[in-house]
Amino acid sequence: MTGPTQRTTPASTAEARAAEAQEAEQRLAEQQEAGRAGGGRPDWSPLPRRAGLKPSASPLFSLRTPISAASRWTLAVLSFAIPLLAWIVLSVSGSVDSTFLPSPVAVLKAGADMASTGELFDDLGTTTLRVLEGFGLAVLVSVPLGILMGTFTAGQAFFEPLIGLLRYLPASAFIPLLIIWLGLGEPSKIAILFIGTVFFNTLMTADVVRGVPDSLIDVSYTLGARRGEVLRKIVVPHSLPGMIDAIRVNAAAAWNFVVVAELINSSAGLGYRIVRAQRFLQTDKIFAVLVVIGIAGLLIDVLLRLLRTRVGKWAA
Amino acid sequence: MTLELRNVAKDYTVRGRVTRALDGVDLEVLRGEFVCVVGASGSGKSTLLSLVAGLSRPTEGEIVLDGVPVTGPGPDRGLVFQAGALYPWRNVEKNVAFGLELLSLDPAERAERVNWYLAETGLDGVRKSLPKQLSGGQKQRVAIARALACEPEVLLLDEPFGALDVQTKEDMQVLIRQVWADTGTTVLMVTHDVEEAVFLGGRVVVLASDPGRIAADVEVALPTERDLAVKREPRFLELRARIEDLVREQHRGHVSRVAAVE
Repeated sequence: MTGPTQRTTPASTAEARAAEAQEAEQRLAEQQEAGRAGGGRPDWSPLPRRAGLKPSASPLFSLRTPISAASRWTLAVLSFAIPLLAWIVLSVSGSVDSTFLPSPVAVLKAGADMASTGELFDDLGTTTLRVLEGFGLAVLVSVPLGILMGTFTAGQAFFEPLIGLLRYLPASAFIPLLIIWLGLGEPSKIAILFIGTVFFNTLMTADVVRGVPDSLIDVSYTLGARRGEVLRKIVVPHSLPGMIDAIRVNAAAAWNFVVVAELINSSAGLGYRIVRAQRFLQTDKIFAVLVVIGIAGLLIDVLLRLLRTRVGKWAA
Repeated sequence: MTLELRNVAKDYTVRGRVTRALDGVDLEVLRGEFVCVVGASGSGKSTLLSLVAGLSRPTEGEIVLDGVPVTGPGPDRGLVFQAGALYPWRNVEKNVAFGLELLSLDPAERAERVNWYLAETGLDGVRKSLPKQLSGGQKQRVAIARALACEPEVLLLDEPFGALDVQTKEDMQVLIRQVWADTGTTVLMVTHDVEEAVFLGGRVVVLASDPGRIAADVEVALPTERDLAVKREPRFLELRARIEDLVREQHRGHVSRVAAVE
């Protein structure tokens, strides 16, 4: 408010103000001197002074600073373009044998061939169905179990030691055992997926559920809610976005396990297609299947992320 | 007679050491009263409210509401925390409606009740907003409306305006006096702000620290109809100074006892 009026004052008052400031400074120094005499801070030598932070040249090199949309897109495109370029250079220059590293065009052609005969879609369908069954079963078991562990201390005390241990056993190591137990058919593959994801998803869900603030639970009791109602109307809705996050992380793991299971024994699926191509040294087909696996995984991730955004709109 | 605390004590065990948070508390709050509890930190103010709310059980003594011993939390004792504890996924009107949704109430009647409390607390304009979109004062209005909608016998306020800026705090003080007058609800409020306690309370209870005990119970001889101007009147300032001295005395005693222990 005082800014404009001060700016219009003549130079003489500016001088007067400078003198005034100097006087005030002197008074302050005297006061501090008096304070020191009365047992204030010891008379240390002045601390070495670091130079203040210089503004960084570009937001690209500043910590936690937003960058422009253009930069963001450029970087995203580059993250794909650079490896792709390296691939093209390596295969076109002939420095790597095309049996080991097929050119992008050969891979596209192999993919188109497999798509035209329909086998690519059949394999994709088979693999996706296995993920839905195996991981779906894991979610059905792990979500209630996680809620139990996150809400009841007894539930945590009972389940956590065992599940904490089981999660360190690699699911792929169960494959021989599961084949002995369940045979070569679908059940053994679904079991591997289940074992590979259920323990992680349980522990992650339990963590999310433990994050529900006590105050929300307490206040609900004072509004008349019973324990079951607190579970259904407070704990579950508050945990829902976090549970979807856990499912998103473990869906990626499920996608990994299904291919591993199919590599070892199967007669259909994307993993099976890779093994077959290996037998005939068709690296272009292997690459094409890998691309399909990547795209399918990304698609699932995007779908779950959209769901998470819709469900978690309320989170700050 | 509404709420009665009889010789209430509460012990906490932290790493094997038992600490007494409250000791020998006798307190009676009559129907329709507005009682403020003040005390320095360590006086067990929040423990007292948590016991009345039924969220924890006293080690000794008992708490009786209308002749019935308190054994757990219930909608007859509404609670408002300092941080509000709103349901972040529910908008304002659904937060206020929560307690009513648990009852088998006719939807039209529920809506009518919710509307009344929204209007009473000045939340009509933000009824569809999510808690994250609200200011600190608005959040506390929602918490108060939500508790009141259950028509509690006693409204328990645990430093509800402690995190608000001074202007918002005064708005909320006027609001809670108005709500108290309009609904006739008994209010038991804990605060560390003596001015607030004197302005709001019909009685101010001073807690001593270590362990928390009742050190004084002061009648506030001010008219029931109060506005913010009363805060400048000599009798208000005098009462405020007297209670501040009491609190300071208790706090000093607490500090010197802690020093002696160390």
